[in-house]
Amino acid sequence: MWVWQRRTKLKKRQYAFYPGCSSQKGASASNFATSIEVMCEKLGIQLNEIPDWNCCGASIGYGEGGLLPRLVINARNLALAEQHLPGQDMVSGCPACWLSTRETAEKLHESSDLLAGANEALKEAGLNFKGTVRARHIVEVLVEDVGFADMKAQVVKPLEGMKIAGYVGCQTNRPFGIAGESFENPQYLDKMIETVGAEPASGYEQKVTCCGGALAFSEPDKSQKQIRDIVESAYDHGAEMIVTPCQLCQANVEIYQSEINKKQGTKLAMPVVYYSQLMTVAYGGSLKQAGLNGHIIQPEKLKQIASRQK
Amino acid sequence: MSDSNKQAIAHYRNNFLKEVEDHVEDGEWVRMCMQCGVCAGSCPFGPHWEHSPQKIFMMIRAGKREEVLSSDSMWMCTSCYNCIVRCPRKLPITHIMHGLAHYAHRLGIAPKGQPTREIARLFWVNLARTGRVNELKFSLAMYFKDGFVQGIKNALAMQGIGIGLMKARRLNPMELLGGHKCKDKDGIHKMIAKAREIEERKQKFV
Repeated sequence: MWVWQRRTKLKKRQYAFYPGCSSQKGASASNFATSIEVMCEKLGIQLNEIPDWNCCGASIGYGEGGLLPRLVINARNLALAEQHLPGQDMVSGCPACWLSTRETAEKLHESSDLLAGANEALKEAGLNFKGTVRARHIVEVLVEDVGFADMKAQVVKPLEGMKIAGYVGCQTNRPFGIAGESFENPQYLDKMIETVGAEPASGYEQKVTCCGGALAFSEPDKSQKQIRDIVESAYDHGAEMIVTPCQLCQANVEIYQSEINKKQGTKLAMPVVYYSQLMTVAYGGSLKQAGLNGHIIQPEKLKQIASRQK
Repeated sequence: MSDSNKQAIAHYRNNFLKEVEDHVEDGEWVRMCMQCGVCAGSCPFGPHWEHSPQKIFMMIRAGKREEVLSSDSMWMCTSCYNCIVRCPRKLPITHIMHGLAHYAHRLGIAPKGQPTREIARLFWVNLARTGRVNELKFSLAMYFKDGFVQGIKNALAMQGIGIGLMKARRLNPMELLGGHKCKDKDGIHKMIAKAREIEERKQKFV
């Protein structure tokens, strides 16, 4: 038994994991963090949390942070991964974390001046970054390292009869995106929906529309117009649920529907979930393991499937 | 007028393009813009920009320093990166807009009370304190940025959402008492201070 366990553990793909602030316990995407556990277990992905990681600065860190301080906070995470989890790709589930980290790794690779500045600052925290870490997104791990065939092989409860709008949003898709996909009409999320046995809402034209991002707080009316389009188009295409890879998209699109209803007299009530929640349910995970108890607009049908015995 | 703003004006006289190239992140790309307008047409908040990125690039080249830096246009950027991936000349437009906004903020000539400028400042203060963002304290800081009475009104208007998030265990009231933080908070403080010092050294108007 011990030998078997050891062997399966050795076989797992190892990654340095950067969860990000929103995935912490009690934070806005804590149910995302819950939902990736079963998914990773089934797919042989071992996420090793980077010790003492810090915030990436997100999309609005530039305002006060400027260039070098922003690069340095990201370089700290890269340096910690390099030091404590050598040889492992750094993986993040949050597009903003991924974007900031990858942008930092690339900028420091391209400019010896910036790298020298970053290392001078990192020294204050007892660290040094050599530039050997690759910053990746969990979706890249799923698509490139695991592959759709292996993702499908784990399905025990296909989500038959569900029509789902795949909302990719911005930062999982731009400026880096998933290799080989188009910026205007990426296909991987629809393919993931098919992989778990559901039907993607084809022609969903708000697939890569911006939800307003951080400006949902500072410019609520302008952002809520975006959110209304994203939700209404999902209804128009017959979807009963939206699925997204982005924590901020998930929060903005789910949370502000009630505000839009209040202000504009609409009756929006479209559940918004993560791809990992679909996969966990399809892989036989429970309602709780899929983090389905973490929603304001209840994904009833998905919850029913999760509660069903087979 | 702030000292650094006065120094910048004295140093660059009427050459605003040179000033942007020297002091704004990715500013050296501004002269590459060919004025096609794809960025302006691709921006989700396009109608809300007083001057589109396309127009801002031309205004920089025309030396319209005051109009550009005091504009709230760049603060309309949602960081969607549409403009970057569509620009036929491959200008890192999003980064240039962020860079311009930051430069105007640093010089103290960005519009006062501009809401995105304000939340950007609060966000950085929040993350730099412990190394990690405290979502509850950040939300409360945003609600109360225009004073106590307005803060209470904002908090009451959003209480339904807040209670919903608490029930879903995605907002923890205990975060107010401390919450998640990095162990090496002190190291992070020193590291950020050093990075600022290096950046300021480089940014001197000499």
